Amino acid sequence: MNSCSATTGGDGNSANNPWLPQSAVIRSISAEVRDVATYQLALTDPAAAAAYRFQPGQFNMLYVPGAGESAISMSGNPETHDSLLHTIRFAGNVTRSIAGMKVGDTLGLRGPFGTSWPLESCVGQDVILVAGGIGLPPLRPVIYRLLAERQRYGRLHLLYGARSPEMRLYTEEYEQWSEGGLDVRQTVDRSSPGWHGNLGVVPLLLERLPAFDPARTVLMICGPDLMMRFTARAALQMGMTAEQIWVSTERNMQCAVGLCGHCQLGPEFICKDGPVFRYDRISPYMKVEGL
Amino acid sequence: MSQEPQTEEVRSCFLSNKQFEKLFEILYGLDYEVIGPIIDQGAITYDRLTSVNDLPRGWTDVQEPGKYRLQERDDDALFGYVVGPHSWKKHLFPPVSTLSVADRTEEGWQFSEVEEDRPKLAFLGVRACELAALKIQDRVFLGGAYVDPIYQGRRAETLIIAVNCTQAAATCFCTSMNTGPRCQSGFDLALTELTDGFVVEVATPAGETVIQALKTQELSDEQLTQASAARQQAVDQIERELDTTDIHDLLMSNLESSHWDDVAERCLSCTNCTMVCPTCFCSSVEEVSDLTGDHVERQRMWDSCFNMNFSYMNGGLVRNNIRNRYRQWLTHKLATWIDQFGTSGCVGCGRCISWCPVGIDLTQEVAAIRKDGET
Ligand SMILES: Cc1cc2nc3c(=O)[nH]c(=O)nc-3n(C[C@H](O)[C@H](O)[C@H](O)COP(=O)(O)OP(=O)(O)OC[C@H]3O[C@@H](n4cnc5c(N)ncnc54)[C@H](O)[C@@H]3O)c2cc1C
Ligand code: SF4
Ligand code: SF4
Ligand code: FES
Repeated sequence: MNSCSATTGGDGNSANNPWLPQSAVIRSISAEVRDVATYQLALTDPAAAAAYRFQPGQFNMLYVPGAGESAISMSGNPETHDSLLHTIRFAGNVTRSIAGMKVGDTLGLRGPFGTSWPLESCVGQDVILVAGGIGLPPLRPVIYRLLAERQRYGRLHLLYGARSPEMRLYTEEYEQWSEGGLDVRQTVDRSSPGWHGNLGVVPLLLERLPAFDPARTVLMICGPDLMMRFTARAALQMGMTAEQIWVSTERNMQCAVGLCGHCQLGPEFICKDGPVFRYDRISPYMKVEGL
Repeated sequence: MSQEPQTEEVRSCFLSNKQFEKLFEILYGLDYEVIGPIIDQGAITYDRLTSVNDLPRGWTDVQEPGKYRLQERDDDALFGYVVGPHSWKKHLFPPVSTLSVADRTEEGWQFSEVEEDRPKLAFLGVRACELAALKIQDRVFLGGAYVDPIYQGRRAETLIIAVNCTQAAATCFCTSMNTGPRCQSGFDLALTELTDGFVVEVATPAGETVIQALKTQELSDEQLTQASAARQQAVDQIERELDTTDIHDLLMSNLESSHWDDVAERCLSCTNCTMVCPTCFCSSVEEVSDLTGDHVERQRMWDSCFNMNFSYMNGGLVRNNIRNRYRQWLTHKLATWIDQFGTSGCVGCGRCISWCPVGIDLTQEVAAIRKDGET
């Protein structure tokens, strides 16, 4: 049987058996906002740790024995090779179990999986990153890379929407990002005392961008489905094409490698064909209710 | 094994009924576990065989939408039935399997694989549509960047003894899907049953090894004619049709058809159609802990897109009603499967039609959508 010999896996470390987790130790934990913390992890096997690489936008499956697995994007610098960052919102079973862990504890890790943000096609272009809530962590590796190679790109914008000022992630880094050449704009759904910034949804920030040149811009969006669709719609109305827009989609995942069927959206497996898609490819299916 | 044989080139011979009985010993001698048709709980299923006497001699199956029953034949045919509720997938992609094991140690969690004892399997009685289903699952589990180790381990040693259908059920539509009823490729041996024995096609070295151990005869012209007439009988009996013209675009441009609501009124979301389907591959993973919680296994179990929780996400269900779930199943099976794997997910075996408790028939559903689309 011909196909039997095709045993070489993708670029994951567990290429031979994609189901087998590796052991990873928690090196440090930093609280971010309510119910969100960033975990620094290191693979316990030194050879695997040294070999591990990821591209911005990819994710790992984090595994707590007895609780289960969750898909979590890498949120750190892709150039940092001795550890990995994951920013996790404590949403349910698995992530709550992670919330109960401390430095030195181990968990299982499979990955990296999935497609990445199209950084190569950004060279010489303006780049707009649009994030909603916990959609910022999967875009942070992009920010690190864009700023590390600042001269290769045109104008760089981050448009970030959070529920409230207190729920904004990574606030201590904005200044550094701005100094590095990233224009950071923020908006919140609900104001609170001391907030003098924008109020309202993210697409508004896009509409208010000065000197926006739709023809030479790449847009990357990560957030709830509805937010991504509204942002993309605004961009299209402003003259961008669907080929310039990229989104990171989310579905329930169990295998992360196209073997379990859970993450399907129309013809796509979010785990292996995504999570990052060019908008023209995925939007016909994002628009169909209950697909 | 099962190298794409060309029917025209393969060697054929005749195996008497007496010699066929010996086949079992030969297979055991070669360390194969033989899986084939047996009667269990009023249906013909695929399970371990010990001798020729386990085969459903003199029985056939009568199938219609929502109906399956066994009936005695007026001859002693061993393979005179069509397809039952089981498919070979349960032997290659088991309904439950352990994916990994976690043990708590001083240094934290250690993860390991389970050493499965992997029997050499000989499948006896694989039909043409099922050969097609095997090829499809090969693509799903072995054809991508990541390979499923459990399927791979079991598939690698599988010997396939196919049987050409000599009759068809009222639910069969393999001719529409170009998958049968003639076995064309993907087998080691293929049999056509005659009254006094079998016409055998030998397609691979593994098949040759088995057949060399038996006494065979040269085929007579009469036997050839009989075999071809027997196979033609199956072709002639197939009545059901699925018009696959532009089926991908037909279904994908009718995602909002009112017809889905109509199916939803009948469908019970019971998952039967997916469980009996020889190509469906959806599964879920569960944690199984010992009492201390220090030893945890991850188990994969068959799941179905008809199950409520299958699309659970962010506190809600993506496919929150039967309309959406039936649509997911049908469009995946017949349309998006082609995008994903370059082939339809349906081989026309008709199992989902017979085993649907309310007799929902995908060929009719597609015809109805086609009709709607035209008006
Ligand atoms: C590619 C990808 C990248 C992700 N990156 C991050 C990240 O960087 N940080 C982060 O905090 N979260 C991320 N998520 C979301 C995270 O996987 C889910 O929130 C996950 O369910 C939480 O797991 P849990 O077991 O704690 O929750 P569960 O107990 O499974 O349930 C928590 C809630 O999440 C829902 N849910 C189940 N599976 C998913 C899923 N795959 N996606 C979304 N919701 C789901 C459940 O319906 C439930 O309401 C990502 C998801 C995907 C698909
Ligand atoms: S969809 Fe129905 S007819 Fe087609 S392969 Fe599956 S069970 Fe057989
Ligand atoms: S189509 Fe029939 S078999 Fe399938 S889920 Fe609906 S009722 Fe059950
Ligand atoms: S998560 Fe299993 S197929 Fe995508």
